[in-house]
Amino acid sequence: MAPRPKLAVWKFASCDGCQLSLLDCEDELLAVAGAVEIANFPEASSAVVEGPYDLSLVEGSITTPHDAERILAVRAQSKFLVTIGACATAGGIQALRNFADVKDFIAAVYASPQFIDTLATSTAISAHIPVDYELHGCPINKVHLVEVVSAYLMGRKPAVAAHSVCIECKQRGNVCVMVQGTPCLGPVTHAGCGAICPAYRRGCYGCYGPMETPNMPALTREWRELGADGRDIQRALRSFNAWAEPFRQESAAHDD
Amino acid sequence: MQAFKAETPGFVTDTAGLQCLFDVLADEGYRVVGPTLRDDAIVYGDIDGVTDLPSGWTDRQAPGRYALERRQDNALFGYAVGPHSWKKFLFPPIETLWSAHRGADGAMSVTVPERPADKFAFVGVRSCEIHAMAVQDKVFGEGAYVDAAYAARRSDAFIVAVNCAEPGGTCFCVSMETGPRAAEGFDLALTELIDAGEPMFLVETGSEAGRRILEQVPHAAATAAQAEAAMTVSERAAAQMGRSLDTSGIKELLQSNPEHSRWDDVAARCLSCANCTMVCPTCFCSTVEDHSDLTGQNAERVRKWDSCFTMDFSYIHGGSVRASGSARYRQWMTHKLANWIDQFGTSGCVGCGRCVTWCPVGIDLTEEVAAIRAVPDEGRSR
Ligand code: SF4
Ligand code: SF4
Ligand code: SF4
Ligand code: SF4
Repeated sequence: MAPRPKLAVWKFASCDGCQLSLLDCEDELLAVAGAVEIANFPEASSAVVEGPYDLSLVEGSITTPHDAERILAVRAQSKFLVTIGACATAGGIQALRNFADVKDFIAAVYASPQFIDTLATSTAISAHIPVDYELHGCPINKVHLVEVVSAYLMGRKPAVAAHSVCIECKQRGNVCVMVQGTPCLGPVTHAGCGAICPAYRRGCYGCYGPMETPNMPALTREWRELGADGRDIQRALRSFNAWAEPFRQESAAHDD
Repeated sequence: MQAFKAETPGFVTDTAGLQCLFDVLADEGYRVVGPTLRDDAIVYGDIDGVTDLPSGWTDRQAPGRYALERRQDNALFGYAVGPHSWKKFLFPPIETLWSAHRGADGAMSVTVPERPADKFAFVGVRSCEIHAMAVQDKVFGEGAYVDAAYAARRSDAFIVAVNCAEPGGTCFCVSMETGPRAAEGFDLALTELIDAGEPMFLVETGSEAGRRILEQVPHAAATAAQAEAAMTVSERAAAQMGRSLDTSGIKELLQSNPEHSRWDDVAARCLSCANCTMVCPTCFCSTVEDHSDLTGQNAERVRKWDSCFTMDFSYIHGGSVRASGSARYRQWMTHKLANWIDQFGTSGCVGCGRCVTWCPVGIDLTEEVAAIRAVPDEGRSR
């Protein structure tokens, strides 16, 4: 039997939720372990096999000078590198620091700020190294994770759609909450969650970040028609994917 | 004013008769689906009887807006079409087409999943929707490549039409010559006569199956006055269309205007969200996703509703052909209202107004056409 591809899972600034979705693949976990050699996954096992690795899954954003160095080493040891989750693909919720002065936060939070070595920004992995594939979501959908690994093993493109949440929303048979008066980010948000929030009568929170062709001004005009003000719009856009370019740019346009 | 004349006086039945109709259909093995209240809307779902119908409710529809309202009476069908269409039953949004397995000896076996045995009875089908089914029949049921599952579901379906009394604010079936009165394509057609206080229904039969089912339901011969009242319902509805669309020369108008500035204008408003295509009862596009599993021994092909508003839809080697919002909206509207005529011999629009109501930003194709018609030579291709 041919040797199984070596899989590594790497963590940067993040909450661990995305890599946990790999452990959460209860039904598929044995199949994953059968298909790849889990060579480096500290969250699951302390046994570490040396690189290079065939497939690296990278969670988290870059927030420290040390991590900015470490990600270069990860890239150098990885043949195929996939970033997973909003932190790795967009900078995460911690990218809210990018809109303010990080020194103020440090002074407010830490008793001895001189020991804190951090960057002024939290940025996506793709801002530092070339990335082979980005899997969006906060957290990622574990079905997609299995799809990405299966696709990698077969040498095919993962079937993960980049269109709006609205398509999933309609496929699911939901009644559109936006047309009924609740502002929703679904039309500009990348599919992947299966339109969970609209199914429970809430507007979409944008967990999967910008869709492939987001028309931000057209959506926020309608939000205002529905009674949202600049603060509502800015807060909605500045969450897990705040630093994703279309969300960042549009949020800056609603400073009123 | 559009005038209607009854072919035959028909029959009448009441709410108890309607309940009996549901029971007879269920006894005959039909899965009865029809309008029902869910999530502050009138959707299509499984119904057991008259009490599941949205009695005494109507809808207020406008571009990008939908709300339910109480009626003054307890009409059972006093609203227009809602967010769902019968398409979701005949052409399911997500369907596994086949799965494949590689055995230990390397031999491949392919399995086509068994079609669910559902035989649908659709209750409350509006005239525009009957026309929409006829359009999809041309796409899925005719020509060299027949979708066998669609064709089977369609030929099994029992259609109870309801003639509209209360067009929605975005309806324009009169312009498209698809309503509001159903002329054919049903097994039974009802017109609700509410003026008497309690709902009464004028019943017309449209097929042998319809006649056979009606025989099992208590009914009486309609009086001339009742038949007349039903025609008045349709005449009043025809005079109350929420919108209109001038279709004269529309194929030439749109096909000769690929460079019209209106395409950029609408693209500035359009989200490319695809809601219009999802809710449209004639839109038929789908994509297929091929999945292989972790073992590499199993694969499946899944068909999902797709839309000309996605980038993957027009992706060929090197990129998407319709990279701009203008190109995508132009494709949708020109196909729907013009190229469809070349392709299928009919417009792709039946005037149901869903794309107008359920567009989150209220883009109204009747207005977009009117804007192009106002400057008809501006965007001629050279
Ligand atoms: S509820 Fe939101 S996600 Fe769903 S169709 Fe409406 S706008 Fe799109
Ligand atoms: S294009 Fe719009 S109005 Fe025409 S059939 Fe489709 S959804 Fe209805
Ligand atoms: S478009 Fe015509 S047939 Fe369709 S719901 Fe409206 S009034 Fe009824
Ligand atoms: S016309 Fe409306 S519903 Fe259709 S893609 Fe554009 S914004 Fe979405």
